[in-house]
Amino acid sequence: MNVIKGFQTTAKHLMEDAVTIQYPEQVQKFHQRYKGRHHLRRYENGLEKCIGCSLCAAACPADAIWVEAAENTDEERYSPGERFAKTYEINMLRCIFCGYCEDACPTEAIQLGHEHQMSYTDRRDAIYTKDMLIDAPAEGAASTPQQVEPGAYNRSIPDMEDPS
Amino acid sequence: MDEICTGLCRLMVDSGADAGLAQFVSLLVGVLLVSGVPLLTVILLIWIERKVAARIQDRIGPNRVGPIGLMQTFADLLKLLGKEDITPTAADRLLYNVAPLVSFASVVLIWAVVPFTPFHYGVDLEIGALFFVAVASFGTLAIMVAGWASNNKYALLGAFRVVSLLVSYEVPLVFALLVPVLLAGSMSMLDIVNAQSGMWFVVLSPLAFIIFYISSQAETGRAPFDLIEAESELVAGFNIEYSGMKFGMFFAAEFLHVFTNGILMALLFFGGWMGPLYYESPLIAFAWLGAKGGIIYLTTLWLRNTVPRLRIDQIMAFNWKCLVPLSIANIVLVSLALKVLQELDMAPRQLIGASFADMLPATILLLLINGALTLYLLGILRRRGKDARREAQAAPVQFARATAATAD
Repeated sequence: MNVIKGFQTTAKHLMEDAVTIQYPEQVQKFHQRYKGRHHLRRYENGLEKCIGCSLCAAACPADAIWVEAAENTDEERYSPGERFAKTYEINMLRCIFCGYCEDACPTEAIQLGHEHQMSYTDRRDAIYTKDMLIDAPAEGAASTPQQVEPGAYNRSIPDMEDPS
Repeated sequence: MDEICTGLCRLMVDSGADAGLAQFVSLLVGVLLVSGVPLLTVILLIWIERKVAARIQDRIGPNRVGPIGLMQTFADLLKLLGKEDITPTAADRLLYNVAPLVSFASVVLIWAVVPFTPFHYGVDLEIGALFFVAVASFGTLAIMVAGWASNNKYALLGAFRVVSLLVSYEVPLVFALLVPVLLAGSMSMLDIVNAQSGMWFVVLSPLAFIIFYISSQAETGRAPFDLIEAESELVAGFNIEYSGMKFGMFFAAEFLHVFTNGILMALLFFGGWMGPLYYESPLIAFAWLGAKGGIIYLTTLWLRNTVPRLRIDQIMAFNWKCLVPLSIANIVLVSLALKVLQELDMAPRQLIGASFADMLPATILLLLINGALTLYLLGILRRRGKDARREAQAAPVQFARATAATAD
């Protein structure tokens, strides 16, 4: 009497708790590797990691990233090395969240975070500018541009602690 | 209902109103009262249906609009009403627009003969059971009309598919319905319920109840007979051209029909309003009927969310090769046994007012007959199932051979 077994199954589920998550109020926990909205990272001293090399834009299969570089000076320093990203824009309507930009970045400046609630009522709002993407400087650190002593930040790519 | 109407009528005539007008108004009030019950319940039923289905599928169901989602149906209603009212240019304008109304009216009309309590009913027709059968088949007509008037090949084919199902299942439905009618010796719904004072008809003939249950499930187009929609493979069918509230009417009719069938089964087989203390107050009687109908309704929801959909040939085979012969055998045997017992003075001639003790010998004999028939039925079904499984197991081999042949 397999029919009865079937009815038992549905009756059992009737008594069970729902697995539904009430989304806007409760948000599911994301895996560490979940690829959400991008972040532009900073060093601990507040300088931007991004050096405006446009490798992310070159790696982007959806052509969603637009970078314009400008020269750093020691009076107005944004990032270590010669250049920094003057404009950094990501069109979230084009982005496919593949994470290739993250892989391409030589300074680990761009990383995909966990934010996923991006909705817009205007196409223009889908373009995330540098101000929206960049992290706030660490506590106690100054924001960019900084005035630094000459010759302290000559290398675009910092020495790696554990090169592999 | 009659008393309210005549009372109101007299009151109006006394206060100087025209006699004809008074009668019209009082009848109108009566009609509104009777049809108001199903129209209001359907709103709640849709919520219950969605909630139960959701819980079985480990979901929560509607819970946003109003407290615990109770207002969801109103929101849906407003949405459907706000949709564009489309009539295809090639459609038969009149029939196309009338079909959903007929579909819904056919269900609401059934409630005219439903006695809510011993004293509150729309009408007590002498042919109440016949009225139910006749009116319920209007629903079939509505589907055929909808499919035809849409002037769409797919709608027409969908209607054919459904109508063949509905017409077939009306046969065992009517034969099963005849059992309570025969037992009570009357077609009046009121008499049928009163005849169950000694023993519920479900005990006298559980087989008739099961057949009625199955075929009414098919009549409403519910799983496992939901070819009417077959949403996972065929996408609607007869209602493919409908949109907005006209589309909603078909579904309101379906939801209401399920509950109506629950109430009818409570009346025909479970003693309607009979229950402890029903004579104390009409409200208690009404509650008994509602509770019985509600429980049967919930079992149909459970069934709907458990069983998968059958193919049309399986449905037809089950109906014509199993249900129809069985229902005929059942009615012949039950009526014969009852007559024999009555001749032997072992059963009351008139079931209305019979006590439990009067009914006991008849009950036992009829139960035995029903049990034997059920065992026979199960035997047939098991054998058929075994055959079908053997065929299904043999089929892949043939398929492999066929593909090998084409590969060569």
